[in-house]
Amino acid sequence: MPGQIQTAADLLPRHEPVQLIDSDGVAHADAIFRMPAVDELIAGYRQLVIGRRVNDQANALVRQGRLAVYPSSHGQEACEVAAALVLDDADWLFPTYRDTVAVLARGVDPVEAFVLLRGDWHSGYDPHRHNVAPQSTPLATQLLHAVGFAHAAKLRGENTVVLAMCGDGATSEGDFHEALNFAAVFQLPVVFLVQNNGYAISVPLSRQTAAPSLAHKAIGYGMPGQRVDGNDLAALLSVLGDSVASARAGHGPALIEAVTYRIQSHTNADDASRYRSDDEVAPWRERDPLDRMRGYLREAGSLSDGDDAEMHAHAEQVASTLRDGMNAEVDPDPAELFAHVYATQTPQLREQATLVADELAAAELNDVELNREN
Amino acid sequence: MTLLHEAPRPTITGPVSMTMAQALNRALADALETDPSVLIFGEDVGTLGGVFRITDGLTARFGENRCFDTPLAEAGIVGTAVGMAMNGMRPVVEMQFDAFAYPAFEQIVDHVAKMGNRTRGAVRLPMVIRIPYGGGIGGVEHHCDSSEAYYAHTPGLTVVSPSTPQDAYGLLRAAIASPDPVIFMEPKKLYWASAEVDVNAQLPEIGRARIARAGTDATLIAYGPSVPVALAAADVAETDGVSLQVIDLRTITPFDDETVTDAVRSTGRAVVVAEAPGFASVASEIAARVSERCFNYLEAPVRRVTGFDTPFAPPKLEKYYLPGVDRILDAVDDLQWDE
Repeated sequence: MPGQIQTAADLLPRHEPVQLIDSDGVAHADAIFRMPAVDELIAGYRQLVIGRRVNDQANALVRQGRLAVYPSSHGQEACEVAAALVLDDADWLFPTYRDTVAVLARGVDPVEAFVLLRGDWHSGYDPHRHNVAPQSTPLATQLLHAVGFAHAAKLRGENTVVLAMCGDGATSEGDFHEALNFAAVFQLPVVFLVQNNGYAISVPLSRQTAAPSLAHKAIGYGMPGQRVDGNDLAALLSVLGDSVASARAGHGPALIEAVTYRIQSHTNADDASRYRSDDEVAPWRERDPLDRMRGYLREAGSLSDGDDAEMHAHAEQVASTLRDGMNAEVDPDPAELFAHVYATQTPQLREQATLVADELAAAELNDVELNREN
Repeated sequence: MTLLHEAPRPTITGPVSMTMAQALNRALADALETDPSVLIFGEDVGTLGGVFRITDGLTARFGENRCFDTPLAEAGIVGTAVGMAMNGMRPVVEMQFDAFAYPAFEQIVDHVAKMGNRTRGAVRLPMVIRIPYGGGIGGVEHHCDSSEAYYAHTPGLTVVSPSTPQDAYGLLRAAIASPDPVIFMEPKKLYWASAEVDVNAQLPEIGRARIARAGTDATLIAYGPSVPVALAAADVAETDGVSLQVIDLRTITPFDDETVTDAVRSTGRAVVVAEAPGFASVASEIAARVSERCFNYLEAPVRRVTGFDTPFAPPKLEKYYLPGVDRILDAVDDLQWDE
């Protein structure tokens, strides 16, 4: 916490992940991390409902052949939502390919967010509009971009906090090490959120690290590390919120490990039954982040049937927008291939764009002639 | 010391039909079987058998010490393979996708490629880096790069790319047996194409191209994923009465100047076909070598039909990006036929 770090041991995470609401929806007081206000939890729950609906819808769209691929965050929605909600509008989010729900929770238009996955373009939204970097497919690489972004903000005296997301597999990459080290050396306002969902495609966490936990890595860089129940939205909001506040106050970076589970396969192209049993998955279904938050809010009298129904109806609308957008027949213009490679199109690219345009014109002429003959 | 030629091959009667993926899997299995120094590691290559299933069943058959999953770290995979190779092993490592190999670039360029030269030959690195590459599978960004030029430009690396299941088997066996490090580029769009494979056939020699189709009017020079496209173009040309010869390079480095030069001299016209961006590419090198060696035999300048000088296209645009039959035939049409 800001100003509280006295000894190296203060950098170590707790043995048990921080949890404020257990999987039965029962609240537990914590000595350090406070329960977020009810309206924060309600806003978070609304986003969880949307996130789950979007995950289900995207999986359906893949099955219908409308998306090239979808890496689902089913079961990890609490991490996704918390990552977006703890930031101010002027802050920045650096997400991965699995973090589409976080991107949406930041305010990005669903259809724009899914352009990458539909296969029209490599990134469909303007990062500056909602302060969300393009979703990164190569692992851990965007952590360095996040650190540099925060460094620039610090040099310019801006109050920006950057939240950088990655998974457990990415912690094995060299870029992960370099990013955390830079952030700590320059005392930058970066919060690293590692979603430990247990698997890098088929490879379990035990093959990524022999450390007591991923959060234990923080001490090696001289930053605090914390473990949090990744299916407990309240705990995530509290722990990440404190880290964001600490970073904003100039106390440097933090590493937060959210302990969660990848309920579904890596993507639709993967078959998780090849490397894990359903017995392993089943208990994690019982720790579902939505059920837990709904249970808590209902018990506290903060969520009526009507509220819940309204939120689900809203999520249905988001899904419907996404469905309509993805079902629309889009025919991206091949001229775009040549339009953005350099700030000013090179003569060679202009030539190549002309070649494609000529091919298309010739093909069209051919079609017209064929029609005339018929 | 390799035991490659000392152990008996598994008994197989004649050629059998298999996909390129199965042929590669078989090559790895046979190498593991015949040479105890061979070992395989990478991301998801163990229990899962690799995202393309090239290592399917190898851990179950040969055990965790011969085929194992690593932490998710490409520089780590390649860097430790260097150490393994320095210490008597023949590592065959897998990079999951072309663009995911780039974190290992420093290890490849600075160490894999240079160790033999640095030590005046005292330390050779008999290792293979397998890289699925190229487009044509509707993959999103970072899954479809044609990265062969980076490696071909680096002295010390052998760069190989098969286009048929038979060559996939033979060239991978030859690559594993090679005393030098081999970048083994696997055209992922051909993984599921089937053809007859005879695992008992003589292993192809690294550095030798093959004439994939005889022809007399012009020569198409291709490798890896572009070979079937060139062959398809030759089929179409034949219906127009044009006889196109097709060369499958099989090895990019060391380059088979002899086969390519003889072929182009025999036809007097050449088109190079490759999926990678054309600028400063392997296709450029081929065009330059052919021009230097065949100038007096050429009826027309050597043409290149390549990918555009843009990042690889998103799935919905890749049909415009990939060199196809029409572009090849247009280039052939351009070879100054009228006299």
